Amino acid sequence: MNLDLIQKIAQVNLLGRGGAAFPTAKKWEMVKNEPGKQKYVICNVSEGEPKVYKDGYILENYPQELISGILLAMKTIGGSAKGFLYLRKDYYQKYQEKFLKIIGSAPIEIFCEPGGYLGGDESAACEAIEGRCTEPRQKPPYPTQKGLWGCPTLINNAETLYYVDKIFKNSYKNTRLYSVNGNVEKSGVYEFNVDLTIAQVLKENCNFPKIDFFVQVGGGASGRILLANELDQPVSGAGSITVYDQKKTDPYQLMQEWSEFFVRENCDKCTPCREGTLRIREMVAKKKLEVKVLQDLFFVLEQTSFCSLGKSVPTPFYDLLTKVMGIKL
Amino acid sequence: MKITINNQKIAVKEGQTILEVARQNKIDIPTLCYHSDLTIQASCRLCLVEIEGRPGLYTSCSTKVEDGLVVKTESENIARARKINLELLFAQHREECADCIYHGRCQALKICRQLKGKINGFTDRKKDKPTFKFGPALEFDSSKCIDCRLCVDMCHRQGIDFLELEYHDGLYEVVPSKDPKKDCIYCGQCLMHCPVGAFEGVGEYEAIEKPLQEEGKTVVFQFAPSIRTTIGEEFGMPYGSVVTGHLFAGIHALGAKAFDTSIAADVTTVEEAKELVERLEKKEPLPMFTSCCPGWVKFCEFYYPEFIPNLTTVRSPHMIMGGLIKTYWAQKEGLDPKNIIVVSIMPCLAKKYDITREELWLDKGALKPVDYVLTTREFAQLLRKRKINLKEVKPEEPVAPFPLPTGAGVIYGASGGVMESALRTAYEKITGKTLPQLEFKNVRGLQGVKKAVVDIAGRKLKVAVVNGTINARKILAELKIDPHAYDYIEVMACLGGCIGGGGQPVPVNEEIRQQRAASLYQVDEKSVIRCAHNSPFVKNLYQEYFNNQDNIKKICHTTFKKKNKEVNR
Repeated sequence: MNLDLIQKIAQVNLLGRGGAAFPTAKKWEMVKNEPGKQKYVICNVSEGEPKVYKDGYILENYPQELISGILLAMKTIGGSAKGFLYLRKDYYQKYQEKFLKIIGSAPIEIFCEPGGYLGGDESAACEAIEGRCTEPRQKPPYPTQKGLWGCPTLINNAETLYYVDKIFKNSYKNTRLYSVNGNVEKSGVYEFNVDLTIAQVLKENCNFPKIDFFVQVGGGASGRILLANELDQPVSGAGSITVYDQKKTDPYQLMQEWSEFFVRENCDKCTPCREGTLRIREMVAKKKLEVKVLQDLFFVLEQTSFCSLGKSVPTPFYDLLTKVMGIKL
Repeated sequence: MKITINNQKIAVKEGQTILEVARQNKIDIPTLCYHSDLTIQASCRLCLVEIEGRPGLYTSCSTKVEDGLVVKTESENIARARKINLELLFAQHREECADCIYHGRCQALKICRQLKGKINGFTDRKKDKPTFKFGPALEFDSSKCIDCRLCVDMCHRQGIDFLELEYHDGLYEVVPSKDPKKDCIYCGQCLMHCPVGAFEGVGEYEAIEKPLQEEGKTVVFQFAPSIRTTIGEEFGMPYGSVVTGHLFAGIHALGAKAFDTSIAADVTTVEEAKELVERLEKKEPLPMFTSCCPGWVKFCEFYYPEFIPNLTTVRSPHMIMGGLIKTYWAQKEGLDPKNIIVVSIMPCLAKKYDITREELWLDKGALKPVDYVLTTREFAQLLRKRKINLKEVKPEEPVAPFPLPTGAGVIYGASGGVMESALRTAYEKITGKTLPQLEFKNVRGLQGVKKAVVDIAGRKLKVAVVNGTINARKILAELKIDPHAYDYIEVMACLGGCIGGGGQPVPVNEEIRQQRAASLYQVDEKSVIRCAHNSPFVKNLYQEYFNNQDNIKKICHTTFKKKNKEVNR
């Protein structure tokens, strides 16, 4: 049977690899069905979560495949599509020349991301490329409907588009990229089956710790904290596993790093995220945790933040406080 | 299309937000970062509601209605989230309630009481943040700023972008720009749109009694055309209440003399019409721009100095009035002008800047036409401080030699008013005939740009009326392409003209501006004399005092010059 590319992507059930795991075929279908002559494809290489290196790994090792994936997307969504390779600043500096050569005369522009973590948000990426402040937009409309300059825009993570190329060439083997790091023997980026559990990924590479440990999965800031007995589940989010030595890790230092990260990287637009992250940082720095206040801050962060960054802030803190520090929240 | 809010079925239109629908139906939802004039910020996160069948909370300001939506505006979760977010907002805001432009009408405090929240739930994290002074006009106290960014949006919508965000230690903060190409024009629209009073006029309210504290002086207050339909709000009167007589009474109760600036607006009109006719005859420099708005003048001098020759040289009404008080009236009363203090009650913050312009001083700087400017808000506060309730005073009449103004002098307070007044007079000047229809309806209204072609004895006069400086940019861009696109242009920096000025009572929105303006036009309609040149005062003045060009030039005209950036930090 002669399937078109979207059908092929749907058949292998490719999910977005940026962290949100949105079905790729569905997203493509939406942009394809959206009327409009001008459409855009953005290959998102913002990779803002700490401890995640897989997109950089693709830039280093599979640039041809990545560009091929972008071109396939442009062709598939219809209209006269233009592409953007949206690169984090250090990636831009390192790989710009290499990609210019590969892109040649194809209508793909390399864009240097001005902002940090938040620049990875789809709508914030659109704002950035349009030359405005890197802040998330009110949704709906979603970028698939009104993205860059009000046109239907497909935004995919680099890993997603890399695998699209493999699917097109019928060489996709149901794998994904895992960033494994922290207190392990051999940190690095590994390609394994998507269905592997966290424990299996660690074991596959003799990285399974022999010490008491916990892990942070799916991103070095907003990822979940899991204990050694909770590893019988697949890796979520952006596919990272960071191992922490339970004895040697100072939870306050870890929380300090996270809160610094969120305070620095958020856009300061909405009250819960701007003020909430500041107050968490303040409490962590003083090592004076007030349970009631934390509960309140987590509540408004989760329930009332403007974008998913704010909504995800409480996750690692909540996990660490309850699972590792034994605080009842 | 229908939605349900709190069990109430409501017909809605596509594109409306839940908040708009709720407010139209008198369902109270708290907001701080929402202003109907501006972009939806959706940042304070107070206007939260629940939607049946969807998890979590939604901001009603940014959520559009959909058919069949079932919305709840009150619940335990909603109240909890609103309260926490409000307390976080208060943690940014240094309270100075006794000296706040919202005195008694503070939205944040009202919400706090409703939610039983605490204003000191967290320590004030901004208490050491600086106050920025924008010339002699206004101040921004960043220790009160709650980061809603409405001021930044407003400044952007004025086409100024003087207020901007700056990144410090992980936080974006609102600051005045260091860019030498950007300067404040003192319009004060930021102040009018700040929900928490982080902006105020210079001296508001600590210097309001100064004019009355100078010993052995005759103190004269004059009030601008727009004040008569706005200051009532400060005393709990309905929007658009006309309080001209109350103003006379209130000023008299302070022990001061009271004059109506609209009287001098009639002089401005006559001079401006004269200048327009001259320029039309000479065919240059055209178009002629009005110059009675000091925010617009600063804008022109700083951003578009190439258009300075197009500004009418006629002074704004309060400057003419001040000049007349210190010369014409002083002579009549046998007073030494040095012993007269003139205070202008203005709708405007830029007028505080206006009185520092040396080119407007008389006798080589020895005599200032106006000594103090108090905004509408400041004057109201002064009355309150002296226990004078404007609502309760018995209205009084003006005293000679400054009697009632014409209707033309009153409509100066609304966008289009200066143009309309000047056209009424110019028409008669050119044709020698009485205008068959006095109203120029197509220059009225609150829209940002109004264009019209006026037929004066066969000559088609192309006019434009602009409010909001961003619209001035549009017209100036048009002129760069076609210099003959217009003959006469009125520009007011503030939304809706002076009735929406930076010195007016807060809050303000389109509806409020509408009511303030409508009342001015009603005063005009009811006036016996509606053209400036028919004013008995004006006629008399030209016979008695303006019978020589020197006096006219000295009192009524001025010059302009290119400006460099004035507000630095």
